Amino acid sequence: MTEIRWHARGGQGAVTAAKMLAEMALCKGLFFQAFPEYGPERMGAPIQCFNRVSDEPIRTYYSVTQPDIVMVVDPSLCDVIDFTSGMAAGAQVVINTGECPDTMKEKYKLYDYKVATVDAIRISTETMGRSMPNIPMLGALLKINGLFSLEEAKNFTEDYFGSKFPQKVIEANIKALVRAFEEVQVK
Amino acid sequence: MTKVAAMVGTDAIAEAMRQINPDVVPAYPITPQTSIVETYAQMVADKLVDTEMINVESEHSALSAAIGAAAAGSRVMTATSSQGLALMWEMLYIASGLRLPIVMTNVNRALSAPVNIHCDHSDSMGARDAGWIQLYSEDAQEAYDNIIQAVRIAEHPDVLLPVMVLMDGFIISHSLGRVELLEDQPVKNFVGTIQPPYSLLDTKNPPSFGAFDGLHGYYFEVKRAQAQGMLNASAVIKKVGTEFAGISGRSYDFFETYRLEDAEYAIIALGSAAGTARTAVDELREQGERVGLLKLRMFRPFPAQELVDALSHIKAAAVLDRSDTLAGSIGGPVFVELRSAFYEAEKKPRLYNFIYGLGGRELDINMMKQTVETIQTGMSDGVVQSSVAYLGVRE
Repeated sequence: MTEIRWHARGGQGAVTAAKMLAEMALCKGLFFQAFPEYGPERMGAPIQCFNRVSDEPIRTYYSVTQPDIVMVVDPSLCDVIDFTSGMAAGAQVVINTGECPDTMKEKYKLYDYKVATVDAIRISTETMGRSMPNIPMLGALLKINGLFSLEEAKNFTEDYFGSKFPQKVIEANIKALVRAFEEVQVK
Repeated sequence: MTKVAAMVGTDAIAEAMRQINPDVVPAYPITPQTSIVETYAQMVADKLVDTEMINVESEHSALSAAIGAAAAGSRVMTATSSQGLALMWEMLYIASGLRLPIVMTNVNRALSAPVNIHCDHSDSMGARDAGWIQLYSEDAQEAYDNIIQAVRIAEHPDVLLPVMVLMDGFIISHSLGRVELLEDQPVKNFVGTIQPPYSLLDTKNPPSFGAFDGLHGYYFEVKRAQAQGMLNASAVIKKVGTEFAGISGRSYDFFETYRLEDAEYAIIALGSAAGTARTAVDELREQGERVGLLKLRMFRPFPAQELVDALSHIKAAAVLDRSDTLAGSIGGPVFVELRSAFYEAEKKPRLYNFIYGLGGRELDINMMKQTVETIQTGMSDGVVQSSVAYLGVRE
């Protein structure tokens, strides 16, 4: 089982990204959970949401406290929350930042963990015209955990947004996903 | 043929309701039930169902309208949560007293004060003596399955009682999980059409429903008959649970046991906690501990004798309650009733009560294991601490 914890701010689409990941797991015939930590919904406030993905039925119903992967969707959260809480040595953290993994490793003393970085805000601004880091973060995650190939992820995103958004928006999202998939730096 | 979907619990309920296609749904939204009503309203607007949806001004009105429609002979469903269920209070008893087979989802949420929107079972446990059948669900799949079965149970001529299907607020209602959906036609065949024994609209044989009965009337006999309906419900719930396997491959009983047969210690839980308990059982078994689980699905009627039979070989059991009776030291509702069930039994386990998760306080696997450790220690030391403990409270 892979357990993932997302740290984001309200309005950054992390819950959507977690749900998309769950649906991708469904496509692969896997078992999955996606759920947010509920509280007052305030744009900009720190939020968490969670994924579990497994090839066996998942029977635990509480938040992910010992994550295999931590997604830091907002760079400013690094200074605000303890995003490594419960991470075992060798666990993966993916941070939305323009810095390289080595810099983040030094800055936040992440020596025990695998660190990846992706400039999700820049990617989303350049592809979608606004800061919406969720899809780039999902792209980076897919590159790291290998659940979906890039081609599968593109097709999935097309289907997922297909009925909800105009083609232009869908294309921008796919572009963001692909760019993050290609640009994520892993250390 | 089934379709596997990624669904939150509330959508699984709405989907079951779409397939059942009840005649009338009066409803009022309340967190975390709201998305059931929203999704169903969309289905009505999209003409996916023929349901007459009645938007009312309160939960009291929602259940009042449900009662009126059900007395007219309609198949009626609704949904609520927490304060909404509390506001329905007087109508709960009227629905069951009039023997109206209404099916209602209650998404479990704490009761104020202080205000709290998160999961506990105070709302439905408070309504445990209102004459409604209560079926608890571990996950969205069970909630979906329970709703479909509830229609058959409620409308059975030997029962004719309202059924409340319970689902944990947020933990299940808002968690995206894997749900196997049945095709429409098998569900429609399974629930059939409602055959009400009486209808308010039958002008040729006009009945009266719940009229003033007076001191020398039949109130007592009506209540006795109601108790009989609840007694009869057990056999019907068992039968419907078995038949449900015919369309789904999943059968249902009063409770489910897991690795309990050769267990020395047991965890007894209902709702989503049972899932976490199952994982704890597996992990403890790997360490050589003989631990099992009993997941209670049916709380009303309470399967006292069956529980005694299933648990009499156990040394000690941790009974988990997600609500408190606040009655002093007697413990939570599940504990109180289970302990009472064992009173006449010759062989009985030592029962410990753990009240947990009030207002959404999280229950993780370590806490679950801690309950087993506590009862094991209690047995080996021979020193019985308090039988009732609060698990995860900040002291």
